[in-house]
Amino acid sequence: MSWLKHAVRNPIGAKVLMAITGIMLTGFLVAHISGNLLIFVGPQAINAYAEGLRQFPAVLWAARAGLLVAFVTHIYFAAYVTMGNRAARPQPYAFSNTVQATLASRSMVLTGMVMLAFIIFHLAHFTWRITDSEISAMGEFDVYQMVIRGFRQPMVAGSYVIAMVAIGLHLSHGIASVFQTLGLNHPRYNRAVRFAGPAIGVGIALLFASIPLSIYLGLVK
Amino acid sequence: MKLDAKIPSGPLESKWEHHKFDLKLVSPANKRKFEIIVVGSGLAGGSAAATLAELGYNVKCFCFQDSPRRAHSIAAQGGINAAKNYRGDGDSIYRLFYDTIKGGDFRSREANVYRLAEVSGHIIDQCVAQGVPFAREYGGLLDNRSFGGAQVARTFYARGQTGQQLLLGAYSALSRQIGAGQVKMFPKTEMLDLVLVDGKARGIVVRDLVTGAMESHAADAVILATGGYGNVFYLSTNAKGSNVTASYRAYKRGAAFGNPCFTQIHPTCIPVKGDYQSKLTLMSESLRNDGRVWVPKTKADKRAPGDIPESERDYYLERKYPSFGNLAPRDIASRSAKEACDSGQGVGESGFGVYLDFADSISRHGEEQIRARYGNLFDMYERITDENPYKMPMRIYPAVHYTMGGLWVDYNLMSNIPGLHVLGEANFSDHGANRLGASALMQGLADGYFVIPYTIANYLASSKLEKVTTSHESFKAAEDSCRKRVGQLLSIKGSRTVDSFHRELGKIMWDKCGMARDRAGLQEALKAIPKLREEFWQDLKILGTNEEINQSLEKAGRVADFLEFGELMCLDAIAREESCGGHFRTEHQTPDGEALRNDENFCHVAVWEHEGDATGPAKGHKRHQEELVYEHVKLATRSYK
Amino acid sequence: MKLKLHVWRQKNKAAQGRMVTYDADNISPNMSFLEMLDVVNEGLITTGEDPIAFAHDCREGICGSCGVMVNGVAHGPQDATTTCQLHMRSFQDGEELYIEPWRAKGFPVLRDLVVDRSAFDRIIQAGGFVSVNTGSAQDANATPIRKSDADEAFNAAACIGCGACVAACKNASAMLFVSAKVGQLSLLPQGQPERQERALNMVSAMHEEGFGNCTNQYECEAVCPKQISTDYIARLNREFIKATLTYPDAKK
Repeated sequence: MSWLKHAVRNPIGAKVLMAITGIMLTGFLVAHISGNLLIFVGPQAINAYAEGLRQFPAVLWAARAGLLVAFVTHIYFAAYVTMGNRAARPQPYAFSNTVQATLASRSMVLTGMVMLAFIIFHLAHFTWRITDSEISAMGEFDVYQMVIRGFRQPMVAGSYVIAMVAIGLHLSHGIASVFQTLGLNHPRYNRAVRFAGPAIGVGIALLFASIPLSIYLGLVK
Repeated sequence: MKLDAKIPSGPLESKWEHHKFDLKLVSPANKRKFEIIVVGSGLAGGSAAATLAELGYNVKCFCFQDSPRRAHSIAAQGGINAAKNYRGDGDSIYRLFYDTIKGGDFRSREANVYRLAEVSGHIIDQCVAQGVPFAREYGGLLDNRSFGGAQVARTFYARGQTGQQLLLGAYSALSRQIGAGQVKMFPKTEMLDLVLVDGKARGIVVRDLVTGAMESHAADAVILATGGYGNVFYLSTNAKGSNVTASYRAYKRGAAFGNPCFTQIHPTCIPVKGDYQSKLTLMSESLRNDGRVWVPKTKADKRAPGDIPESERDYYLERKYPSFGNLAPRDIASRSAKEACDSGQGVGESGFGVYLDFADSISRHGEEQIRARYGNLFDMYERITDENPYKMPMRIYPAVHYTMGGLWVDYNLMSNIPGLHVLGEANFSDHGANRLGASALMQGLADGYFVIPYTIANYLASSKLEKVTTSHESFKAAEDSCRKRVGQLLSIKGSRTVDSFHRELGKIMWDKCGMARDRAGLQEALKAIPKLREEFWQDLKILGTNEEINQSLEKAGRVADFLEFGELMCLDAIAREESCGGHFRTEHQTPDGEALRNDENFCHVAVWEHEGDATGPAKGHKRHQEELVYEHVKLATRSYK
Repeated sequence: MKLKLHVWRQKNKAAQGRMVTYDADNISPNMSFLEMLDVVNEGLITTGEDPIAFAHDCREGICGSCGVMVNGVAHGPQDATTTCQLHMRSFQDGEELYIEPWRAKGFPVLRDLVVDRSAFDRIIQAGGFVSVNTGSAQDANATPIRKSDADEAFNAAACIGCGACVAACKNASAMLFVSAKVGQLSLLPQGQPERQERALNMVSAMHEEGFGNCTNQYECEAVCPKQISTDYIARLNREFIKATLTYPDAKK
């Protein structure tokens, strides 16, 4: 397996792993938002969905483990590539300028770190339930009530929305980049990919953001 | 001076084949015992260094550019000729040979030119195998275009960047050998002197352009592939760094110089804009197919071209050469433009320009058609001049482009100094008094890939080469003289910049030894150049030291040599009492302004020998002759009427 | 035209550099950018100050020697144009220009605006060639090549090795340069036998030279004077992945 070690030590190999784990993480986000949207159907729907997930602990824990591996891998190689890239230009330009690189592409590290911070908070908030005594006190798992309670607080809803901006930016560059990094390109489809990446990224972020927003604005009670 | 061209006997068609058999070989096991120095990494030097390394020789290759890929061969646009006859249009080795001899106005060697035509096909094979992306047809086979001076389509091309693609091919082969350790590459390193031991070329002295360190390198043979000397004119289509130093230093060490005055002036270049102009840019000659050349009839007419009515325009090429019109050959078109401008009819800010007008073609064929033919050229013109050639005529003027003269070599491409070989534009051998388009690339690669690998083996196998190291006194002496010279240049501490001297020399050369030359003018130049040289050595201002990147110092060394070499060119031009090819002496012309050759007295190569100490100033230059013997071609007058 | 120039001055590789301000008067809009620097240098020499060192040679946009950052853009503001073909009419009278060398760990500054790009040569030496000895080639027309492949190979082969891609890249990556050579040779039948090891070796060499990696921002393609497309980078990624997974002699 030393070939693999050799391959991932190379930045292209590292980025390929980031692309693959990025696909996995994006897939998780798609599944996650699909479940979350049940909140608009009503308390029974989302609670039943949450309950349903717990019926298959093996699957759930396997998915969680896979997710964790993907997550750690993605961050590890992101750090590796970023450090290499920083080292590649020890002396910055006195006058820096950008011709066509997008804001999203230039803020990947920042949006990634915002996302990391957000995910830790999000887990603490809804999974470990240690940030809010009222949520901690909700004996049985009533996902619906938990979420409603959470997003009625402006600080919480606001921070979720900000995190979704970061996710939107991160995905809009990340999704299109997957195709470039894996070499899945063809002149016939390039334009579509360069359009679809940001469209999907922004779409996912908007769907996620719709929940705290609608709860905070009282559209969902 | 003994000049033996060593042309093999026998029929023209089999000279090279027989000669290759007669040449001595170096066995594979022995090749690794030989060191070869190659100076220059363009088409000739790069291909030679790569091929010799492939054969097993130890090669050291030097270039002043920061990478071998940047040699000026890269700028060649049009294409490379080869007698492949892929078109089935009647091409043959003999036809390419004949066209080249005739194009050179019967001032080149039959045997050399025939060999050039003979190996031309192999060049294309080799380049394709390297991955050179030549233009192809839809069937997947190679495309050809036709070029000046030929009635067949034999020119292979890669868009307008043929030189670049061929050079990158040679560079890739060279890189492979550098990676394999068979070639040691020295970029940013300039040759300052040739070192002779026992009369043989055994090494060079170089200066590291980053640290200023002077270093010697010893070898069993030295190859110079250092290009042409068009920059003696300051303004030319050559790269800024192109120079004569390597050739001229070899000349001062005893190498003979052939036909130094033979210069090719290209008729269609973008004219000079102002005193700051540093370089001239070529526009493809093909533009004359659809453009009409004219100047205002009135002198110093400052009206915009569109305001000058038809009746007040002088379409001078159409007037003087009714049958060829705007397609008159290069030398005639160039000279006519000069005459028009000298008489005060020139256009543009400087008055040194003529119009190349596409209005008629655009109204006849439509703008789209013209765009399809020349779009990229029109864009380039607009980028440089900020004028839209679809709306107003282009302004063009001739510019120095190529030098046919160079160090004298025999059939084996060896100079009169044993062990010193000269390839490509740096030698004098194949183009006579005028080079045909698309032949420079062919010659550079023929010399490097297919000639020198055979002939150098013969030299190495048949010479007694004692082991020589750089601790030999000749190396020490040469190094000392190089150091002394640099020290001198730095110690003048005068008031004028190098460029100002170079510009002034260029102007003298252009005015007196350019497109048209006459005895009186050349004599004036021969007075003016030594005067300028004297001023140079008294009033030059270079800042900084030797031990750093010092671009002024680099230029100063080159200009110092140009200041001596320009004189040699003028001497050669004055001695050649005839007009032939690019050498036009106004005293020698037919009544209608054609070049008038003098085959009786000048059917020879003028071979110059330096007189005096190699390290001191030139005391004199002695002219010898190598008679040109034409066994197969009948000398004829080139006529374009 | 009058301009205010802020130019990076650095005596040698080891020295500290800094931005120095010069007034450039009497500039004609018809001058090329390098001719403008020539004029400034003539003035500097006259006043006894070391002229600004900058790399240049052919001055017609093909040798790849020249290249500086002008206000943070490699080769300056004009598209598809090298510094030598950039003309002063691209600027306004009175403008301030920041002129800096290419900056990358792989391109150490040698003096002022001159950088050492020999890393590019070493990357080519690692595999940017077809191993064919002189004289062993078959007839040039023995292998037909689809015209579109030949044209695409040419588009990549047009690279002049100037280094603007590295200079413009936020990560100082040489991917566009490497991908152009790998792309050219992987498109042609002549490049097939060494296709996989070429991709592996050239990418490794790039990494070892200290260049960064591509984060798909495409600044390189925006400044490339030969307009080489980042599609070649995707192609290089593909070549690298395939070679990593299937190259028979690759590390076990």
